[in-house]
Amino acid sequence: MSELLFHALLAGFGIALVAGPLGCFVVWRRMAYFGDTLSHSALLGVALGLLLDINLNLAVILCSLIIAVLLVSMQQKQKMASDTLLGILAHSSLSLGLVAVSFAENVRIDMMSYLFGDLLATSPEDIFWIYGGGALVLSTLAWIWKPLLAMTIHAELAQVEGYPVQRTRIVLTLLMALVIAVAMKIVGVLLITSLMIIPAATAQRFSRTPEQMAVGASCVGLLSVSAGLAASWHLDTPAGPSVVVAGFMIFLTSLSYKRA
Amino acid sequence: MSSQQPLISLRDVYMNFREREVLTSVNIDLQPGEIVTLIGPNGAGKTTLVRIVLGLQKADSGTRTVKSGLRIGYMPQKLHVDQSMPLSVHRFLSLTGQPKKEILSALERTNVRHVIDSPVHTLSGGEFQRVLLTRAILQKPHLLVLDEPVQGVDVNGQTELYHLITELRNEQGCSVLMVSHDLHLVMASTDQVICLNQHVCCSGHPQQVQKHPAYLKLFGRESEELAVYTHDHDHDHSVDGHIVHKCKNSDHNGEKH
Repeated sequence: MSELLFHALLAGFGIALVAGPLGCFVVWRRMAYFGDTLSHSALLGVALGLLLDINLNLAVILCSLIIAVLLVSMQQKQKMASDTLLGILAHSSLSLGLVAVSFAENVRIDMMSYLFGDLLATSPEDIFWIYGGGALVLSTLAWIWKPLLAMTIHAELAQVEGYPVQRTRIVLTLLMALVIAVAMKIVGVLLITSLMIIPAATAQRFSRTPEQMAVGASCVGLLSVSAGLAASWHLDTPAGPSVVVAGFMIFLTSLSYKRA
Repeated sequence: MSSQQPLISLRDVYMNFREREVLTSVNIDLQPGEIVTLIGPNGAGKTTLVRIVLGLQKADSGTRTVKSGLRIGYMPQKLHVDQSMPLSVHRFLSLTGQPKKEILSALERTNVRHVIDSPVHTLSGGEFQRVLLTRAILQKPHLLVLDEPVQGVDVNGQTELYHLITELRNEQGCSVLMVSHDLHLVMASTDQVICLNQHVCCSGHPQQVQKHPAYLKLFGRESEELAVYTHDHDHDHSVDGHIVHKCKNSDHNGEKH
């Protein structure tokens, strides 16, 4: 196996492990569009990073975190439908990013690679970011798991019972922003949300507890990455989309499973 | 009334939503061991008042005093668990942090021990309300706050559930604040009724409230003549919650209970 493929596999596995449990919350809390918005605004981070000449990973992470906090606070204050607000922010920040990039005259950047990512171009530095960030995200998730679950089921009941609902909500948002920012360069803006949602939706069919579903989603993610990369290697198809297609196939297959 | 310190008291609470007055000068004292029922038409501000009592919402003005160390068991009006989340009754109740033994005995008390391993999505309306009540009592509360606890339960089940709530109060010595829009059903199981319509119209013992002019004005004059358990409405509600008296409107349009 070539080093290229090995790096890609390692990166993909790292993202799948983290995207699984986090994706469950995206599904449970119906936040799919929220993830989309965050990943679109990550592009703004790329643009700003290029213009200001700072580390791109850092710029993307910072930008996502800021937009995430902005989103949460606006959702609470504005009397506007959530999806309207998300739609406005998603497309405005995406366009703002593209416009900003055009000002950076001496920098040429392939926006396509940010939209679809390039798993096969994963560098050792990327892998460091994925596993460092991933470990941070997973351990935080495990730490706030119970309040997170209680809040997802009924926020006000959780608050009356003494769970720190407001803090938990912000932490979840920040975790999502972090994962999207780190994963975006690898699997691309358009694919990261599907990597969160499809494995979670698949695992749901085989799970009896929230915890089973979270672990199951990670496993389905690992399987999707392996199958997708194998297909990409043998059939010479683009890596990121192949992973998502593989995940989609597994999801379709799972639909025929009838619960005992 | 009582010389004991109230569990929660609200003083001169005002609340506005977009220029509309929802609560005006509301005073409430929740005394230990007492069952207080909040009744009022739709849009009377019952849920808002409950949220203020719970501390989920801050009033525009007025004060809320809570006895220190107060534990509240809360049963929300609606609890919808997303279909995508696999969740058993046991897992749902374990979010209270109580061990399985406690959960089992609490479920035993609310007569739904048999559902412990069932997914929450498969429960009937009555079973689900009882599971919610179980979660509230697992807090070992000093105060139970129940927002329309008999919602989605058939009439026989409603009487049983109110009976259970009274028993729980007697056993645990906790106070109960519950929201209802039907005085007749809760009369037997309540010590104090607060009749709310943006402000406290009247309050006191259910028998007194039933004869109070403000109550009669709000719920109709004929209710005076109704026996406690004959569940027969004397008026209809229009969609926005206004009372439509039968004497003025003989063709029985609108929502009929």
